[in-house]
Amino acid sequence: MTNANRTVQFKIYRYDPDQDAKPYMQDITVELESTDRKLLDAMVKLKAQDDSISFRRSCREGVCGSDAMNINGKNGLACLTAMDSFPEGKPIVLRPLPGLPVIRDLIVDMTQFFKQYNSIKPYLINNDPPPERERLQSPEDREELNGLYECILCACCSTSCPSFWWNPDKFVGPAGLLAAYRFIADTRDQATAERLDDLEDPYRLFRCHTIMNCVDVCPKGLNPTKAIGKIKEMMVRRAV
Amino acid sequence: MNRLVVGAGYGLKDWLAQRVTGVVMAAFTLIMFAAALGGAMSSREAWQAFMANGLIRFLSFLFIVSLCWHAWVGVRDIWMDYLNSAALRLFLHVMTLLALVGYAGWAIQIIWRL
Repeated sequence: MTNANRTVQFKIYRYDPDQDAKPYMQDITVELESTDRKLLDAMVKLKAQDDSISFRRSCREGVCGSDAMNINGKNGLACLTAMDSFPEGKPIVLRPLPGLPVIRDLIVDMTQFFKQYNSIKPYLINNDPPPERERLQSPEDREELNGLYECILCACCSTSCPSFWWNPDKFVGPAGLLAAYRFIADTRDQATAERLDDLEDPYRLFRCHTIMNCVDVCPKGLNPTKAIGKIKEMMVRRAV
Repeated sequence: MNRLVVGAGYGLKDWLAQRVTGVVMAAFTLIMFAAALGGAMSSREAWQAFMANGLIRFLSFLFIVSLCWHAWVGVRDIWMDYLNSAALRLFLHVMTLLALVGYAGWAIQIIWRL
């Protein structure tokens, strides 16, 4: 599947609550050019062909996290998924992120996801008067934030997590917990104890059963399970 | 009133207990395998003598307590994962706890009768 123009088959989840009684899968074929290298390129072509197909996209380079969807059964970003990563001759199956309410086609309602993210207070808490320039960190302390701050909140991880499917209202989910650890690990933050207290909860943190779907799907290669493990480790260290 | 409530303020102890009891059970299983290879299960008399040993009694008691504790955390996790009704969860938590305490007592009785 490289240079020449080619035809690719898609199976796309369609649902328009104003018109459809229930969702259905639509078969659709699209003609691609050699420059259509990523799945998002193909989807833009699809949209040109049938403008009723709805999906979110923005930056088209894996930074905004808008075009997260379920691609052949696995969550990922359309803009980072190479067209030649698909097996030839089989239709590409696109569905919305699992576990969230569908607004239309591939667009899901992310309210619950962001509610959980907001619940961990995703901002620096420091009551000291701000210094004239910036709050400094040693390079080693800064190192700890690598692999945490890069999260783009695309929700691929949380919506692939069975614990989040069953308890999205009570379990913070991998994305939220990764962000929580990002601030717990930050030496400039002064609310470490409160943050740990907040997560010391059978639902908020301990619904994580180390299934690791989150690690498997993260398009940025981050490891929420490791961050969750570090939160637990800190809780143990302060308790014993 | 149906407001969502979280913040029970526990979880670490159970999580840690599940890990520790898991290690205890794994160690006991290895000891049992070693004993079986060493002939402790070759006859009823050999088995009885082995299980009557003070150290093995101590370890098998630890194993049973670990098993029940481990099962308590695990089974409760299943109820918490899948059941939305708090009343049903409470009922099943209590039933699980009672069953496990009963099993522990019964198992200890069997071992100490040997």
